[in-house]
Formats: sequence, C-alpha cells, structure tokens
Amino acid sequence: MRALLLKRLLQLVAVSWGVGTLTFILMRSLPGDMAYRIAASRYGMDAVDNRAADLVREELGLNQSAWTAYWQWFTDLISWNLGTSMVSGEPVVSQLWHMLGHSVVLAVAGIVLSMIIALPLGLASAFKGGWLERALLAISTTLRAVPVFVIGLLAVIMFALEWNLFPVAGFGTPAHLVLPALTLALSLAAISNRVVHTEARRVFGSAFFEFARMKGLSPRQAFMRHGARNIAVPVVAFLGIQLITVVEGVVMIESLFSWPGIGHGLAHAIFARDIPLIQGAALMMGILFVVMNTLVDIACYYLDPRGGQLA
Amino acid sequence: MRFLRSTSFGLVALFSCINTPLHAQPTEQNTVKISGAFEFSSIDPSRSGFIFTRMQVLETLLNVDEKGNLQPGLAKSWEILDDGKRWRLTLRDGVVFHNDTPVTPAAVVNSLTIALNKPGALQGVPVEDIVAVDDHTVDITLASPYQPLGAVLANYASSILAPESYGADGVATQLIGTGPFSTYEVNTPHRLVVEKFPQYWGQTAAVEYVRYLTGHRAEARVLQARSGQADIVFGLDPAAVPTLKRLPTLTVIRSDLPRTLVVKVNASHPDMDTVEARQALSLALNRRGIAAAVLRAPDAATAQILPAYMGDWHIADTNIEQDLEQAKALLHAQGWQENSDGWLEKDGKRFEIDMITYADRPELTSVATAIQDQWRQLGVKLNVSITNSSAIPAGHADNSLETALMARNYGTIADPLGILLKDLAGEKGGDWGAMNWDNQSVKTSLTDLLSESDADAYRQKAQTIAQAIYDERPLIPVASYVQQTAVTKKLDGFRFDPYERSYFLNELSWVK
Repeated sequence: MRALLLKRLLQLVAVSWGVGTLTFILMRSLPGDMAYRIAASRYGMDAVDNRAADLVREELGLNQSAWTAYWQWFTDLISWNLGTSMVSGEPVVSQLWHMLGHSVVLAVAGIVLSMIIALPLGLASAFKGGWLERALLAISTTLRAVPVFVIGLLAVIMFALEWNLFPVAGFGTPAHLVLPALTLALSLAAISNRVVHTEARRVFGSAFFEFARMKGLSPRQAFMRHGARNIAVPVVAFLGIQLITVVEGVVMIESLFSWPGIGHGLAHAIFARDIPLIQGAALMMGILFVVMNTLVDIACYYLDPRGGQLA
Repeated sequence: MRFLRSTSFGLVALFSCINTPLHAQPTEQNTVKISGAFEFSSIDPSRSGFIFTRMQVLETLLNVDEKGNLQPGLAKSWEILDDGKRWRLTLRDGVVFHNDTPVTPAAVVNSLTIALNKPGALQGVPVEDIVAVDDHTVDITLASPYQPLGAVLANYASSILAPESYGADGVATQLIGTGPFSTYEVNTPHRLVVEKFPQYWGQTAAVEYVRYLTGHRAEARVLQARSGQADIVFGLDPAAVPTLKRLPTLTVIRSDLPRTLVVKVNASHPDMDTVEARQALSLALNRRGIAAAVLRAPDAATAQILPAYMGDWHIADTNIEQDLEQAKALLHAQGWQENSDGWLEKDGKRFEIDMITYADRPELTSVATAIQDQWRQLGVKLNVSITNSSAIPAGHADNSLETALMARNYGTIADPLGILLKDLAGEKGGDWGAMNWDNQSVKTSLTDLLSESDADAYRQKAQTIAQAIYDERPLIPVASYVQQTAVTKKLDGFRFDPYERSYFLNELSWVK
C-alpha cells in the first residue's frame, strides 16, 4: 500500500507539472491578443476598446516574455499559489473550490443515481434476457444517441412544467440538484447498465458460477457469494473513469440548469483566456484523475485481491 | 427514562431554535425572481456594475429618463459653468449608504476618482479635477467642454459607493451603495439576492427580496417563465414569444433597445473604399427578411444606427428596401463585372471580403450567414468567421479587419454623442465604429457638439452627421434590437428602461 501511495504521489507531481505546462503552452499558442480577450470578459463587449486592452496589458504584465510568465507560474505553484483570476481578480483557489464543489456534488449525485438505475436493470436484463434485454438495449442506445441537452429539456418539461415538482434551474437547495442529477444519471446509466449487463452475462455463463449452482446454492446465494464481487471489479473501474469525465464534461447540463460547476466555468475561462484559472482547473482535474485512479485501484484490490500486491 | 425525556425536549427545543429564523429570509413567497442572460464576473462597478445598478444596489449622481433626458439622481441639481468646462453637482440631503453612513462630497469624489482610472464610460472624458467644494457640492473641472458628461455620470461605471467598499488597489471588495436594495447574497457569476433597504432616500421598495439568476440558455429562461419559477424573464427567445403570450399567467412586453445590428466596414479596403461600393453592399441587404426571420420583428429593420426615439440623431427619409439591380448598377459603374461563376471581378480579382462576428449573441451568426447569401446574389463573396467579440477592436487596431457584424449598444451612455465620439471621431474611427472613414466634417461637427448648448443648433448638426453616416455608409445598419420580457401577472408596476440602467424594482408590488 505504501509503495502504491508513493508511486502515485510521484505521478501526481509529474501530472501537475505536465498539465500546467501543457495548458500554458496551448493557451499561449492560441491566436489573438490576450489583452483584448481578458478586457472583453472583464468589462463586457461594449466597453472593450484599445484603451481597456492597454490597461489590462499593463496591469497584468502581459508584455512580459513567455519564459518569465512560465517561471512566475512555476514558482507560485511550488508554493501552492495558483494566482488570481485575470477576469474577476479573485484568488483562483477560492473560485476553483466553489466550482469544483458544485461539480463534485452533481457528479456524485449523478453517478449514484445512475447506479441505482443501471445496476438492477443491467442485472435483470442479463438474468432474464429476451424482450427485457432488447428493450433496454433500444432505450440505452436512444438515450446515448440523444444529446444530453435534449434529455435535460425533456426532464424539465416533464418534472418542472407539467408536474411542477422541481425547479427549472438554479442551485442552493437539494431540489435544485434533482433534475441536473437525473439528466446526468440517465445519460450515464445508458452506458453503465450495458457494462453491468455484459459483466453479469460473463459471470452467469462462467464455469465457477455454474458449479456454485450445481453444488446446491440458490440463485441468490450463488449471486451474492460468487457473482457480485466478480461483476463489481470492472464496474467499479468503469465508474471511476465515468466520475472523472463527468466532473470535467458536464458543460451542457451546467449551462442548461444554471449550475455553477467547473465544466461551465472552464469553458468561460477558455473563451476569456483566463490562464491562471484554466491552469488551476486543469491542475485540479489532473490531481483528481490520479486520486480517483488510486482509489479505484485500492477498491478493486479489496474486491479481488487475487491480483497480488498493490503497487 | 427521565434523562431520555429531558434530552428529547432539549433536542426539540434546539431544533426549533435552529429552524426559527432570527431575521427575515428570502423565501419563494417574498422574493421576486428574475432570470436574465448575463453573468457578472465581479462586484467591481467598472466590471459588472450594470447588474448592480439594474438591481438598484448602486446609484449614480444623475439618471436619465426613457428619452435620454438627464434627471436628478444622488445629485438633486447640476449646473454647467465656465463655458462648459465645469460641472457643479449639488448632492441630495439625507442620503445614506447601506452601512448607514452619509453620502458626502468626499465619498463622491473618491468613487469618481477611482472610476476615472479604470476602463469605462469616464475614459476619454477630459476630466482635470474632481473636488468637494463644500458639504453638499462637487465640482468636476474639464480641460474642454464635454456636453455628454451628464450621461456619462449616469452610467454604471460612475456609481457612487461608500469609501469602505474599496480595497487598497481601488477594486471594490464589498458593495455598499445607496439604492433601494442592499446586497443579501452575491454568488458570482450566477446569483444575486438583494433585500429592501428601508432607509432609502426615495420610494422604498414594496417587495422584500429580489433574486437575479443567470439563465445561460434562452430555452431554460423560457421554461422558467412558463413554469412560473421566474417572475420576470429578460431576453426571451423571439420564437417562444407567441406561446408565452397565450399563457394567462404572463404578460409579454416588447421594448425597443438602442442596440443595433451593424456591419462595420473597413473603408480603406480597396474593394470598399468608395461610397458607391458601400452603398451597393447596403442596398443588397434584405433587412426586412433578416428582421422577420431572425429577430421575429419585421419592423425592427433599419438603415440608421440610432433608433427613432433618439430624435436629434434620426433622419426622416431613409430607404431600407433591398434593391439588387441598383446595387449591381453601382458596382458595374465602378468597373466590376460578373465572371462565369457569377462573382464580380475587376482586373482579374474577385470581389471577396472577410467578415468576423461573435457567438455571444446567437442571432449574429444567423444574420451573418443571411448577409453572406444576400451579397452572393450581388456577386460578392463573403467569408464569415465566428470568433470572440474582442477580435473586432483588435482587428481595428492592427488594420486587419475587413468587415465585422456586431450588435452595438448606443445606449451605454444615454447621450449618443458620447458613443458616437468614440465610434467616429478617432484618428481612424473607433473600435466599435467606423474604420478609416475619411470624413473630417463629421469629426469636426462631433467635436463642436461637445460645447454646443443651443438645442436647435445641436439638432441641426446632429442631423447633418446622421445624414452623412447614412449617405456614406461607414457603418451599414441592418436592424435594431427588440427586447421581449415576460412578467408574471402576480406583479404590478413593472416598466422597462430602454437604457437598461434599472429594473425599477422599488416600483414593483405584489398583486393582492
């Protein structure tokens, strides 16, 4: 375990430096004058002009060389200072916590809800087969093919307009979380129920499972003792990956439901060329990726220790 | 048993205490809920002050009415002295900030001096000095007369905040204003909740709380209006208006805005450096079609940059109809001929120009492609690229811009002279205005207007300038903007400010 944690810590350092540097290079390589972009985001498009751009350039030291800027960022990073947003002037760390907090809440709620939907449906379709499997395959394919934005709109029309159960958009109360989480969950469950289904089919058709049934265990006993863990390992690994992509990529859901998450914030930061915020967000996501992978590895090890030592 | 009972009582009592608010709190019943498209990135008035004046947290020394006339604000009166070089503003008595400290000339001087050093409406105003004369009076001394100063002082960037609002670097760290509402919760960039300020100097609010929530997507805002989860929804998608109008719970209000869809033209571009070429491009536009199909407001089509209610700057006789034949004739007279592919060609070179526009306003991309098609019928090849709005001033600065489609707000400063000076009177035009348009008489007339105090003479000069813009087309207007707002019938007293300075929330009341 200690070896694993040490290895992942080294990975974390490498990822932090790599992601930050790559983001820096990519943002600097984009065409267009940064000062204008930042001024437009700060003061609004009607107020941005040459004078505003000059003031921004002077205030933020945008004339300094790329090496100087990079060195500044690197030394700040070592002292765990992510700087201040070029647009809002607020510390990047506080903005990130605010956005990341909302994203993680939405992602966890979405994933949990998706598993509540996907697990029973995936298992049932693997166990029963027939029309249920075909129907679920058709629904999963449809949900996956439809943009998540459309699922969200349908959820709003049904739950907010017709039945007036939940708010259309906003944040701050548990009720506000329901529709974005449900939208996300439906989109995720469309895939994860198929993963569960495939793994369950593999386990139900395996020799060890057949033997468990032949030695006299009931279907329930056989599933709980020999099926559940075997199915869980790939499903947990898949969930880990899903959680990362969800935290990073729910821009459409966040925009539709006015949810102040990191996906939406990052998209705005890229339009605005708010480099410290982009670097900070990329860094946090890189760290999250390593941490989640580590947690998934540990979880998979305890679910199936046959793989040997954790390393 | 006794222990269990007393513990239970204790827990119940504690729970009751936790759930009984010590002060009033915003609830669904006592809060007016507003949904709009715009985010606010900061609390600093120079950056996102528009939202704080609209929500009536911040106020300015002067106000403007719906026709752009100056009205008293925190200053009860104003005088223009020394041939327009000094503005004397007398402050209203008994006005207090939200922290109960009085509004003093020193606080006003502090706010304006800070605003002067930041991008915003005050930039470019020839201010020499801002001083407190006595306990009620502030003098603004100018290097030269600047007639639109009153309108500049009514802009959000000139809001007056308590000195305690600012940090050491002059950036606002808290919002202590004077408006009928004070901030209750500021959650940048999405949510702002304001509460009634009972010590307000003017009409105190009848509603307790107002919440603004950014609704990024027009579809979501429409759904909020339909579901009744927002009481006032600004910026409705025109396509959804007929449906919303049929709902018995809503009123949909149409308002004209001083924002115009304009094609900015680089008048030194070899293909567009003659008046005739620009006139031909203008004549080839089917403005009514664009206004009807994209903006869903056929009467919004216009060939002038300023709306009719800015009377001094609006000329009576203009043509907005498409006339392809005349447009082609004008270009043929310039030596352009159709080649075998139908494109216009001169000296072996095709009439081909680039246009940039931006996605912040979704209608711009649709209008740009409509223009692309309409100019194709003329034989002009237009290459449209969608970029960031800041590419327009950047392209103006480095001369790389050929044409740009933009939604220009001529009402950010309520007196259009302030905007027109920025757009037309610079050495090569303005970042959001003309580009390399060589008309010295317009520049001179605009500068003359800065010191013009006679209303008739002002109007005459303004009309001459408007006519020159229309005749020579340094900017080609397409349509003016229309704002559609949904308001719940549960509210009384809503009115719309065409200059979008205020939502007049203190005039709202719940229908009993």
